[in-house]
Amino acid sequence: MAMLHTVNKSPFERVSLDSCISMAQKGSSVLLIEDGVYGALKGTSVSDKVSKAMDGITFYVLGPDLAARGMTEDRIISGIKVVDYAGFVDLTTKHENFQAWL
Amino acid sequence: MAEPWEEENEGTVKKFMFVNRKAPYGTIYALESLEVVLITAAFDQDVSLVFTDDGVFQIKKGQSTAGIGMKNFSPTYRALEGYDIEKLYVDQESLDARGMTAADLIVDVEVLSRQQLADLMNEQDVVMSF
Repeated sequence: MAMLHTVNKSPFERVSLDSCISMAQKGSSVLLIEDGVYGALKGTSVSDKVSKAMDGITFYVLGPDLAARGMTEDRIISGIKVVDYAGFVDLTTKHENFQAWL
Repeated sequence: MAEPWEEENEGTVKKFMFVNRKAPYGTIYALESLEVVLITAAFDQDVSLVFTDDGVFQIKKGQSTAGIGMKNFSPTYRALEGYDIEKLYVDQESLDARGMTAADLIVDVEVLSRQQLADLMNEQDVVMSF
């Protein structure tokens, strides 16, 4: 299976998510963690970019990091899957390799 | 006789502005800013807080940090009123870009334009950015 990417920086402050999206290949997965979870929000200046990238890339977001930041699932772009820490582990085992966009 | 530290500049009140531009939890800036704000208020200074860029996330309602094992410091913003810190300003543009409104915030704030914030900033004696 393809690569798992993680992004842990806010898309409003850094270009990590941009770079990740532009280099992630079709069939790969992106997991948004820590401040990266803001990239999963709908109705923002970056949500269109993420929505477009979802054609080919599967997006996940880490639930505990969302909750810490006061964000609920109803604010997430539809189609992005919320996972917990066990889900994070599952994702790492199900992908062939891994890249962390710091 | 007054102590030396009491004599000099006794009663001087300066205008301090704290500019918060970082999301909470990902870095230590938000929490550190809050610490300095409380210290400044203890010296009876004229304190105002600005939340702009990712700083608007600091005062998002409903933060629940049990899952990440960190302290949720957002209730402290609601306690600022008790320290006579009532000048809280939020940048409209930053809210818009993040799909947020004033209704998402845990404290009463004044939502201002960039130009209004720039004017306020210009009136300060001290500006500290976090």
